[in-house]
This record gives sequence, C-alpha cells and structure tokens, in this order.
Amino acid sequence: MTIPFYVAPEQLVRDKAEFARKGIARGRSIIAVDYANGLLMLAENPSTALHKISEVYDRIAFAGVGKYNEFETLRKAGIRQADLMGYLYSRDDVTAMGLATQFAQTLGVIFTRDPKPFEVELLIAEISADGSEHRLFRITYDGTLYDERNFVAIGGKSEQLTSALEELWSPEMDLDSALEAAQEAFRQAEGRDSEGWEAAILDGTNGRRAFRRIDFGPEAGSTTRVTSPEGDDTV
Amino acid sequence: MNPSRNGPLPMDAPSPGSSFTDLLDSMGALPTLNLPAAEKALSVPEGTTVLALRYGDGVVMAGDRRATEGHLVAHRRIRKVFPADRFSAVAVAGTAGLAIDMVRLFQVELEHYEKIEGVRLSLEGKASFLARLVRNQLPLAFQGLVVVPMFAGYDESEGTGRLYSFDVVGGRYEEIDFGSTGSGSRLAKSYLRTVYRDDLTADEASAYAVNALVSASQEDTATGGPDLKRGIYPNVVRIDAGGFEELADEVVAPLAEQAVEDIR
Repeated sequence: MTIPFYVAPEQLVRDKAEFARKGIARGRSIIAVDYANGLLMLAENPSTALHKISEVYDRIAFAGVGKYNEFETLRKAGIRQADLMGYLYSRDDVTAMGLATQFAQTLGVIFTRDPKPFEVELLIAEISADGSEHRLFRITYDGTLYDERNFVAIGGKSEQLTSALEELWSPEMDLDSALEAAQEAFRQAEGRDSEGWEAAILDGTNGRRAFRRIDFGPEAGSTTRVTSPEGDDTV
Repeated sequence: MNPSRNGPLPMDAPSPGSSFTDLLDSMGALPTLNLPAAEKALSVPEGTTVLALRYGDGVVMAGDRRATEGHLVAHRRIRKVFPADRFSAVAVAGTAGLAIDMVRLFQVELEHYEKIEGVRLSLEGKASFLARLVRNQLPLAFQGLVVVPMFAGYDESEGTGRLYSFDVVGGRYEEIDFGSTGSGSRLAKSYLRTVYRDDLTADEASAYAVNALVSASQEDTATGGPDLKRGIYPNVVRIDAGGFEELADEVVAPLAEQAVEDIR
C-alpha cells in the first residue's frame, strides 16, 4: 500500500486557486451597469445560442463566466431553488441575497471538497419593483461573496473593465448611454472591436418579469436593437 | 421535505430536469392526497361556469365569479380565469381550492421550463402537461373532489388561437370553435352555438362570451350573473399575437349591462 504524499493545506488551496484563475482568465468577461430604470448586463459572446446571461426569477438575473457546463449547472440549480421557494412560500420571499449566499456556499464546498474547483465567476443582479434600487453580487470560484455598487465586471479582464467603467459610468444614465459606456469599456479593455454582444436588462418598467434580452442588429456592435418579449408582464 | 434556505444548492436535477412538478415530486412535496373512502361527500366551495371561444385573430376566455357550497353562495368574487404564461390562459371549474392550486403549479411549471430550457413549451405541450395534472387528481375525483380546466392560447407557430377542453380522467380534446365546462356549461354552449361564426372580431367574441355567461346564470343557480350593484363582472381575457390581455372592468361593465338588458 502506498502512503499518499503530504501536501500542506496552504499549498493545496494556492494550487487550486491558481488553476481556477487560469481557467477563468481564458474566458470572456461580463459587466453589469446600473442605469435609470434598471440594470444592464453585457457580455462579449460570439454565440447566439449559448447564453451567459439569463433570468432566474421575477427581478433577478444570473451571469456566469468560465466553463460553460459548470456555470450552467449552477444556473439551473439556482432556478430550481428560486422556483421552489416562490412556490412553497411567496414570490416576495425569493431574494438575490438569499440566492447569492447559496451560490457562494455551493462554490465554497466544491472548492474545498472536490479535487478540481469550478472555473467560474458569477454575477447575481436584482432590481427593486420600481427599478430604482438594485443589488449586485459577485461570487468567485472559491465562494467569496462581494456586494458591489453601480457597476461590476467579472472574468479575466475584470480589472481593466472596472477601471474603464470608473471613467465612463455616471449615475442616472439612460439605457442607450449605459450600453454605449459598457461597449466602450470592452473596447478599451480588450484593445479591439467585439466579435458579438450578448446583452440583457432587468428593467422596472417591464412588469412582474423584469428580464429582457436585447437583440442586436445584423452587424455586430450596432446599437440599433429591439428588446425581445422574453419575459411575461401579465401573470 | 422543504428546501433548505441555507447551505449549498442541491445540484442534482430530477429527470427530466426541466419539469418543476417532477422536482416537487422528487422532494416528496407534490400536493397529492390519499383520502380514506368518504362516507359523506365533503362540502367545499366549487367554481362553476367558464368558457372559451376562438375568433379571427385569437381566442377569448371568460368565467363567472361565483363559488357555491351546496346550495349556498361561498364566494362572490372568485377568479376562475388565469394567465398561464404570456400566450396562454387557463380556466377552472370544480373544487375551487384544488383548482386554484393546480393553476398555480401549472403557471410555475411553464415559467420554470422556459427559464431552464431557454424556450417556451409549444401550445400542444402545455395542454398535454395540464392533462397530466388533471389525471393526477383522479383518485380525488372518486371522492367527489373534481377539477376540470379549460386551456386556451395563441399558437405562435401556427399563428392562430386554439383551445382545449378536458375531462375528469385527463382526456384532452381540442375544440375548433368554442368550449365550456362547469355546471352552466351546457347552457353557455347552447347560446354560443346560435351566434358563433368563424370570422368573429375580438369585440364580438368578448360580447358573446359575456352573453353566454349571463344566459347560463338565468337557468343555473350555481352560475353568478353580473352583480351591477356591487360592481362584480365576469373575468374576460383575450389572447392573440400580442399575447395575453385581461379586459378591465370598465370594458366588461357595458357588455354585462347590455347582456342583462337583452335578457328576457
């Protein structure tokens, strides 16, 4: 019988963290910015089929960077939890705070327990019923939870994007200027034009289900767009 | 078993992973009841007449507002017509408490599927699922606790309004013109049969829906007519290419007043 080599916990955590960070750095980033009636999430995503941003509950959205299958598993687990809570109790009892805590716990457990940590970083966004207030949570691969204000970036280029947004963002922007600012932040951080955008909003004027995707015109990077009626404002 | 608010998320999905009902079932939280054989039927509130009819661009669905308990009026303002999602509506007749819970589960199911899969179920798929929920109630139906829904919606792929009626064992029947369920359904259908055309406008269809309910309320005590004094009017909804829309009381009130006026 072979005795396993002793590895110091510091070393183990450092190795896992480095592994996860490398995986995340390979993926493209996502930013979320606050505007007058809600929140805009923008990702650089050449695919129109695989989404990085999606609806979790009435006024809560989810965005993930890193390995697609890993954040997709988390997204589905989040939707199941949100719908269960809302069905068993009340729709008002589902909050971004509660979900973000559970995502953080999940990632924390996986990071310490599993041989391979998840190579993902998550963003949980929520607006109030009238869209005037918002919450932004960022959760890293090891389950650390950050409460953010006004704007946030996740993924490999998050630092560059954040410093670009510090210049570009201003309070009470309308949706168009928020989108322009977000796209400009990507151009500055990446030093090139985008290969395709994926964008979605949580908007207080959309009724119960505040989430809408933004469809861009035929040429990528165009700001001519229509919001698709994905959500449901009647139920 | 209830889900935990704390601790990590359960990452294992039931199979198939996009059904909310199967998720509840896997946790043992699905509302199924196993009742002993009743010696005497329970007296619980029952919803009565609901109907739906197709018109040129879509479908109209309507329901009266009364729930009865035996010969008594249990509720005057109960709602029996509900949005199911952006392009469909569901109406229920029968044991009110079970029916309303079935609708709630159905609404969450459709939204859950849409969020998990990224696309909505087809109209046919939604109707099939509702049939399954009705069939799950079959043991209760033998105890006298019957729920019979109707389902109507706009079929986005066909570009037309469609409607389905159901029976107590979960049978699903597509109707090409109109349908109704509940105690006053035969009376409502008799009325609709005399006025129905294929090319009705949305306004005509809404007016006929209200007339049919008023007509049923004249002969069936369990169907509530419009209560003009208290301002209680039928629920009327329309679904067309623009999606679900509920008619406001201000729109339904003149229709109801006219219908009551026309009655002999």
